[in-house]
Amino acid sequence: MSEHHSAAYVRSAMLPEQAPPVSEIGVIRWLRENLFSGPLNTFLTLAGSFILYFLVKEYYPWLRHSVWHAGSVGECRDIVTATWGEGATGACWAIIRDRWNMFMFGFYPREHYWRPTLALGLLIFAAAPVLFAESRSIRMVVLGIVAAFLLVAFPGLGVGAAANLMLAAALAAMLVVAWSRPWGLLWLTGIYPGLAVWMLWGGSVWGPVLAMSGFVLGWAAWLATRRFGTILSVGAAVLVPVAWWLFGVEQVLPLFDAVLPYSIDAVRSEKFGGFVLALTIGVAGIVLSLPIGVVLALARRSDMLLVKALAVGFIEFIRGVPLISLLFVASLLLNYFLPPGTNFDIILRVIIMVTLFAAAYIAEVVRGGLAALPRGQFEAADSLGLDYWKAQRLIVLPQALKISIPGIVSTFIGMFKDTTLVVFVGLLDPLKGITDSVRASFEWKGAYWEPYIFVGCIFFIFNFSMSRYSMYLERRLKRDHR
Amino acid sequence: MKKSVFFGTLTAAGLVAGFAAAGTLDDVKARGELNCGVNTGLVGFAAPDANGNWSGFDVAICKAVAAAVLGDPNKVKYVPTSGQTRFTALASGEVDVLARNSTWTFLRDNDLKLDFVGVNYYDGQGFMVPKALGVSSAKELDGATICIQTGTTTELNLADFFKANNMTYQPIAIDSNAEGEQQYLAGACDAYTTDASGLAATRAAFASPGDHIILPEIISKEPLGPAVRHGDNQWGDIVRWTLNALIAAEEYGVTSANLEELSKGSANPEIDRLLGTAGDLGPMLGLDNLWAKRAIAAGGNYGEIFAATIGESTPIALARGLNAQWTQGGLLYTPPFR
Amino acid sequence: MAFVSEPPRQGFRLSQLLYDTRYRSMTIQVVVLMMFMAVAAWLVDNTINNLADRGKDFNFSFLGVRSGYDIGQRLIAYDSDSTHARAMLVGLLNTLLVSFLGCIVATLIGVFVGVLRLSKNWLVSRLMTLYVEIFRNIPLLLWILIIFAAFTEIAPLPNAFKEGGGASLLLFDSVAITNRYTAVPDPLFSRSLGNIDIGIFLISADLLAIVAAVAAGWYVNRLVLRRATVVQNATGVRPVTWWKTLALWTLPGILTLAALGFHLGLPTLKGFNFTGGINVTNSLMALWLALSLYTGAFIAEIVRAGVMAVSHGQTEAAYALGLRPGRTMSLVILPQALRVIIPPLISQFLNLTKNSSLAIATGYLDLRGTLGGITLNQTGRELETVLLMMLIYLVLSLMISGAMNVYNASVKLKER
Repeated sequence: MSEHHSAAYVRSAMLPEQAPPVSEIGVIRWLRENLFSGPLNTFLTLAGSFILYFLVKEYYPWLRHSVWHAGSVGECRDIVTATWGEGATGACWAIIRDRWNMFMFGFYPREHYWRPTLALGLLIFAAAPVLFAESRSIRMVVLGIVAAFLLVAFPGLGVGAAANLMLAAALAAMLVVAWSRPWGLLWLTGIYPGLAVWMLWGGSVWGPVLAMSGFVLGWAAWLATRRFGTILSVGAAVLVPVAWWLFGVEQVLPLFDAVLPYSIDAVRSEKFGGFVLALTIGVAGIVLSLPIGVVLALARRSDMLLVKALAVGFIEFIRGVPLISLLFVASLLLNYFLPPGTNFDIILRVIIMVTLFAAAYIAEVVRGGLAALPRGQFEAADSLGLDYWKAQRLIVLPQALKISIPGIVSTFIGMFKDTTLVVFVGLLDPLKGITDSVRASFEWKGAYWEPYIFVGCIFFIFNFSMSRYSMYLERRLKRDHR
Repeated sequence: MKKSVFFGTLTAAGLVAGFAAAGTLDDVKARGELNCGVNTGLVGFAAPDANGNWSGFDVAICKAVAAAVLGDPNKVKYVPTSGQTRFTALASGEVDVLARNSTWTFLRDNDLKLDFVGVNYYDGQGFMVPKALGVSSAKELDGATICIQTGTTTELNLADFFKANNMTYQPIAIDSNAEGEQQYLAGACDAYTTDASGLAATRAAFASPGDHIILPEIISKEPLGPAVRHGDNQWGDIVRWTLNALIAAEEYGVTSANLEELSKGSANPEIDRLLGTAGDLGPMLGLDNLWAKRAIAAGGNYGEIFAATIGESTPIALARGLNAQWTQGGLLYTPPFR
Repeated sequence: MAFVSEPPRQGFRLSQLLYDTRYRSMTIQVVVLMMFMAVAAWLVDNTINNLADRGKDFNFSFLGVRSGYDIGQRLIAYDSDSTHARAMLVGLLNTLLVSFLGCIVATLIGVFVGVLRLSKNWLVSRLMTLYVEIFRNIPLLLWILIIFAAFTEIAPLPNAFKEGGGASLLLFDSVAITNRYTAVPDPLFSRSLGNIDIGIFLISADLLAIVAAVAAGWYVNRLVLRRATVVQNATGVRPVTWWKTLALWTLPGILTLAALGFHLGLPTLKGFNFTGGINVTNSLMALWLALSLYTGAFIAEIVRAGVMAVSHGQTEAAYALGLRPGRTMSLVILPQALRVIIPPLISQFLNLTKNSSLAIATGYLDLRGTLGGITLNQTGRELETVLLMMLIYLVLSLMISGAMNVYNASVKLKER
């Protein structure tokens, strides 16, 4: 390198900064990099644009010509023709407007609409310690939205101002608890199953209370017998509640009803329909299947050959047959398998089969969680001298269940989608049962697309938000775990 | 209810041991409610409205039986059954009576262990085609594509009919009447086949019913009637004679309008026996003497029910045809009440 | 584990069954077994009592009885005089048919979408994400209903294909989508070998010949490749084999087709309907399409995860070794990605097969439609038909997951 800059071809002054080439800045650069970076990409972009254009061109006019106020499909068509000219087509959303209640609640009594609504709202509160324990901001945002929704919806559902005020106070108290501690609402999680059953089906408050008290009895039995060894205490903790449910509750229930009668209007299962039915079956299925699934997963990993074989057999059987055949078992065969004369309603039978179905899938999810746990955890539990149940309860399950939560949410999404199949055993699911029933009326014959699109949108909103949240949770849990 | 929801599974074993032995009548009385199996939704025969209240021709039978047995036509729990689940629902005791346009056949009566107690609608399988197809007889349907509801007797009849006439066809199986309508209207099939009453009900709801014709051939006998479990004769008799009472009431001119007046006493001893003013018929069934009066009061006599649900003044617009009284040239002929 | 000295010998006490770890698991297993047997016996006893109550029995003789109904879509000869057993077989084959077709198309869609989702093209990756999210989050039943309705509502009537009718055939006048069926070309053989009767149904000898020829070509190709590897190991230079492979893959099939006189029978409109081709009912088309699109969305996610699971370092390492991009893909990336992709892929195939039972919504008569539908209804034997149907589905599933386990074992990382 020369030190002299006198040579003519050596520049002595810096050139002024030049503007970057047009193709490297702003929109054009973005377009070039993201859409037209090569022949293949250009082709893909053009193809994608064409598809988009085609979709918009075909369906946008139909959406733009939507009719919201009409009494029948014919009226809708007339309005579309009158407004947009002969030959125009338009969506007739008036059907949704007219039958909104049916899509949401089925035939649930109108004056009690607030009960399933509140049950759904409380479900999110009850799920908070499990699902939203990780982040306070998310927890507060979700719960806040739910509380606001309930308060806004309730006057519309015919709930009086005083009741609404009380509800507002209760919700505010729960929000404060949820804000202070992630596990603050665990008591609600505990009583929620009984509470939800009472809200949905109504009747005497003592039925659910006494049924839930079985768990307390089991706990008490476990405490009382634990000094005799794990096996005995576990046995007692299982047998006492079962005995209570089978024989005790029936005897005691009339007594409580006589002494302290408190009940709300009973609503029978056949009134359930639409999204109330789908959510009832989906949530009941998941909640009931969780304990069964955990036991199955533990059994499948057990050293005991027979226990393992039974668990594997059950799981593979359930996973090997279509859900629809299990629903047929619920509607056609369950009556064969139970003592002669036994009869309980089809929704309960469906919930039983859906629970078994979900249990097999949950078992696989939990098994995945157990397998993901480092071996060191098991060995550490062993080296501390913990017995099997203590090790599971204190060391293994809390960690394994935590990393299984996203999988459990995915299972729930799958099940929620599958609840639409109950139409094939004669229940009014929102997708086909309610839709067919609405279309059977003279006014709404011939409205094919609108109900499907509407129901599809609702399912999409539910499932998409849940799946996104579960993905977020998965990322977060993974990071925590490392 | 709540109790069965809650403890149904848990107490299944203990709860019901004693139940099965008792007769259906005692069960219904103890329950205070009649479980009635109906169609999942066929306008005119059984369909819920937007509030879940059921109405229709078959529903009227349920109401009449409930009124006769329990004294209140509204004490009915309607259990929607599909073509697949209906007989199981009855056999398993889920429903006490099945009033769901089911065809009375030998096989069902004997092999499926049901008892059909009578016929409330004489039907037959027919075909509906668009006028534009230019077909005037079912014999011209060779090679046609035909929409058919699965799980019914109609698919057997259809196969037999085309075989007997040496014709071929392409069946399109569909799951519900709603879907059949959609397929047919979109032109996915040339013809739609089901019971003639169902065709009329379906056609009535079209935007332009005049563009479709129901072909004259009726290819089967479809006596539709309520069914009960085999083996409980008392219960079977109650349902049978409730149906007969409705038919007889029309024959004798007892209507919901003159019911009260006639039950004070009439010139016709048969009416007196029917309405419980004379004789002692009710206790022979295990009911009281006013059972038939209540059944008729529930929705009127057979003719009134027919006119209100599926008759010519309704959108379904079915003529009485075979379902007229024998005195009018129809097939309805009840045994005497004596 | 520390060495535990032998406890002092003493007589066996009953409490040892509970407190002695040597016997405890045995005790638990015996108790579990007894409980299981008790429950099973209870169920069987109830069933026997219920059957007796209703005057029914449990036997499968109804399978030999004339079925009396017709099936629109069938792969083997069947009419209303055939038995219920044969109807069941027709249904089973229909289930297998739609599952097989669905698996193929779902895989194609899944791979296509999964790869495009990773594309750097903003528009395309967004479109693919939209597709995946929409299909994954909405019930399959809705897709089946919508697609079925779209076929009947949007596709033209067959006679719209007449001159001036406004509709035209696709793919060089060979495919016609109508609102009743989709007419596709029929493969015909002018020098056909006829059919082989294997007792239950006929199998086309032409098909067998083609399969045999292709299989033979594949086998010879494997020998060629193995020899090339031997040569490579000995000399360090791999002989060029691609043209042999190409020939062995294509020629046997083409030659056999030519020898059999293969030609396509094109659908033509005669009267109101298409003849000359195969008319595939729309219930099958809609079900197939819906299953493929729905499962395809799940497979796309699996493929994406599989490709992303192979770390970039693997590619760089392969380049550092001097492998060309093609070889890098086939020798380094794909084997690793496939190990991640295949197990969930097969469980998606399993799901698709089970979901094909939703054929109920389109009236496609699959196993559930025949055995668990019309046969159940006409004979009233719900116990037998539903149990048999579940057994068949179970066997199908076990066969598929058995295949998965064999594959998993073969590609499992050999850990040392």
